[in-house]
Amino acid sequence: MKSIEVARLTEEGELKRFMVELLQRSPAQQTEVMVTEWDSALTRFANNGIHQNVAERDVSVRVRVVKDGKTGVASINQMNESAASDVLNRAVAIAELQPKGEVVPMPGPAKSQRVETWSDATASATPEERADFVEAICARAKRAGLKAFGAYSTGAEQLAIANSLGVLHHHRSTKATVNSVVMGEAGSGYADRGAIDVRQLDKNDLADEVIDKAQRNQNAQPIEPGVYEVVLEEYAVAEMLEFMSFTGFSALAAQEDRSFMRPGERITGESVNIWDDGVDPSGVPTPFDFEGVPKQRVNLIEGGVASGLVYDMQTAQRAGRQSTGHGLPAPNTEGPFAVNLFMGPGTTPKADLASDIKRGIWVTRFWYVRVVHPKASIITGMTREGTFLIENGRITRPVKDLRFTQSMLDALNGTLAISQSTKLEISEYLGAARVPAVRLKAFTFTS
Amino acid sequence: MKDLAEAALNAAQIKGAAYADVRLDERVQQDITVKNGQLAAVSDDASEGFGVRVLVDGAWGFAGSARLKQDEVQEVVERAIRIARASARARSVPVDLGPPVTSRGHYRTPVEHDPFTVPLTEKVELLLRADQAMGAVKGVTIREGSMEFIKQTKVFASTEGAYTEQELYESGAGIEATATSPDEVQNRSYPNSFGRHQGAGGYEYITALELDRHGQRIGEEAVALLLAPQCPSGVRTLILDASQVALQVHESCGHPTELDRVFGMEAAYAGTSFMTPEKLKHLQYGSPKVSITADALTPTGLGTFGWDDEGVPAQRSFLIQEGLFVGYLTSRETASVLGQQSNGTMRADGWNRIPLIRMTNVSLQPGDSTLEQMIAETKDGVYMETNRSWSIDDKRLNFQFGTQLAYEIVNGKRGRMLKNATYAGITPEFWNSCDAVGGKSEWQVWGLANCGKGQPPQVAHVAHGAAPTRFQNVKVGILK
Repeated sequence: MKSIEVARLTEEGELKRFMVELLQRSPAQQTEVMVTEWDSALTRFANNGIHQNVAERDVSVRVRVVKDGKTGVASINQMNESAASDVLNRAVAIAELQPKGEVVPMPGPAKSQRVETWSDATASATPEERADFVEAICARAKRAGLKAFGAYSTGAEQLAIANSLGVLHHHRSTKATVNSVVMGEAGSGYADRGAIDVRQLDKNDLADEVIDKAQRNQNAQPIEPGVYEVVLEEYAVAEMLEFMSFTGFSALAAQEDRSFMRPGERITGESVNIWDDGVDPSGVPTPFDFEGVPKQRVNLIEGGVASGLVYDMQTAQRAGRQSTGHGLPAPNTEGPFAVNLFMGPGTTPKADLASDIKRGIWVTRFWYVRVVHPKASIITGMTREGTFLIENGRITRPVKDLRFTQSMLDALNGTLAISQSTKLEISEYLGAARVPAVRLKAFTFTS
Repeated sequence: MKDLAEAALNAAQIKGAAYADVRLDERVQQDITVKNGQLAAVSDDASEGFGVRVLVDGAWGFAGSARLKQDEVQEVVERAIRIARASARARSVPVDLGPPVTSRGHYRTPVEHDPFTVPLTEKVELLLRADQAMGAVKGVTIREGSMEFIKQTKVFASTEGAYTEQELYESGAGIEATATSPDEVQNRSYPNSFGRHQGAGGYEYITALELDRHGQRIGEEAVALLLAPQCPSGVRTLILDASQVALQVHESCGHPTELDRVFGMEAAYAGTSFMTPEKLKHLQYGSPKVSITADALTPTGLGTFGWDDEGVPAQRSFLIQEGLFVGYLTSRETASVLGQQSNGTMRADGWNRIPLIRMTNVSLQPGDSTLEQMIAETKDGVYMETNRSWSIDDKRLNFQFGTQLAYEIVNGKRGRMLKNATYAGITPEFWNSCDAVGGKSEWQVWGLANCGKGQPPQVAHVAHGAAPTRFQNVKVGILK
């Protein structure tokens, strides 16, 4: 029974042959082909039982051609000779039918660092294994008089990119993630885990955290909105970093005068260090970007000072410098994106972050965060599944979820302590962030 | 297509499925972006595949593949069955789908002008004309315009005998002007935010937008916003334009009436709902001015189709009737729990996803007022237009929205332009404070092509009919 569950991806040699043949067939002056292929499964549970359980296999072949100073992009989700002809012809036809535009340059060949992100155990995870994991969490919740909800996914994928200037990169990876909300009659808790190797996901460890949080978060009472000292757990910090990346770390945002980054200026507390590193094995590495440029580490905020931005081929050309390997798939009008984020740890045990707080709020996670004012880095959102009052250094009681409207830079400017441990948070869409928990001097809750 | 569908259903039944359905889906999509006077991106994407959903021992399994081959069908069915058996080991209650659904037929979006036959150059030229109009305004720093066209062909077949074929078309376009200063980024877009305005229809939908006629106005507004005063904080009368009302309906009525959310099926991701079953026909959700329908028959709506992805025919039902909460958006599985039949809202965002309860065209029914009348009747208020940011809690109660543009209203007249306007509230309090809704002449269907839900994530294209609407005693201007 195991055999049909091994992730079925095209063999690397066959994949590369397909790409090279497609490039050779192209009539354009420059051609790029990117293939992403994935085989993934997800088991979803609610009310202590599995209610949705899915699997898919798919591929995307994306071709960009540059012909006479004009660019065309087309994609197809088949990988065979007729699909190659079809997608190439469509890309060329688009290029031929349009006026000249700005041509995004293609990179030449460069060696990328090899990083190991494959686990046979993840690639061959079965529905029975996923069901057993889920059943264990549900059983623990049930024994505690609670209900478990969540999703557990395993998957394998490969990304390959080649162009007519000689680039030919290939990378394969696996990923396993689980998230869970556990609810009682009057409150809930949250926990998640993610890893390249599914065997690193510990169901008991996850159940311990989410059940404990749910049990402590019952019968929350409202608290007056206002400015509070806070502890943000890693879940909240990771989300904040993603929004900083989205609004500020891109060279395009800076070139278009939309970014909050002020190069060389101190914009957060001195203890804050944030960087992007696509090859650090403690994150979810990918050695090259979607334009085929090897990833470089970029220090974004160093000792509180805005120190760097991420570039793709287009923004690098405009700035007269090299891409840092943060390009998105063509055609891309959104600019480069930092997707392998890290925030440096501090020296405080996480359990001690609240110990000097006289009156403050402990936040487990954020929900529905949106940008209110990009240049002032103001976001709004709600707290969710574990918001607690801190009094005289101790968590004393749960409080009703609060809406915050807060400048991220102002919040980090008041960084009082950073946990010595960090946690990997794998993004739902792209990349991951490894972050600590933080204690911040002032955070504005508006309702 | 039909052969593959039959093969999948036969294989599923032989392997022990009590129920099975298969969807074969082919989608082509063209996207065009013009930025700062240049063609920035054109792409042409195609995707096809099939998904098989099976019920075994009262539990669901689903598998999908892009390979439309007979041997792949057998393997995918086997995978779905095995997944369903694993689900059964840890399910809570067996799935009951209620009465069988045996729909048969063909549906095609009414299209006057197939957008895929319109030359690319014509589309680009229209966007460039709009771009030029924005560029003529001094101070506009970023101009962007985009179009999107989708054609989806899907076949649905089930072991209950349903077999439907649908050809669905979407066309959308929009423009946006941005102005920046050392402290501000201000943007204005037309006709809506989120990149564009989209509807079920052909190129006639784009032509009717007259994008090039609005470029200069939004450019001027974006620049003027840089110097406009901040929207002051306070409790005021609030008048929203129709597009913002559409999003308000989406977030605070559409999502909380999804019955799968109510039953906890989205609890670990999108959240739950405050509109629990004991409130049905008891909760005074809004004032008597507020009636909201789910109507999959609305012309040009992105939630308009022949049948949903369980084969249930498109239909219209009330969610809110004169303020009273009277109905949910349902699926076969969730409706049967309440002793009801599905009202046909299950949609998947492609062959590789299971259908979920999704809004169709969830619309605030027109009232009898007009925007000018609402303003004339308002002594101290704020008018807000076009969404800029949106956020709501996981039960859909506590919300905060920001808009691109606002005007103060003083003694029945539109006053100064205001920037960075926001408003916040609690859903039932807010809708109960509604005292005027615009009439049919100002009522419009707004397409929303970015509604996220589910794990793995799905994006639905939905729509909302709305007109300008007025609310009393609303907290506005959160930013100081």
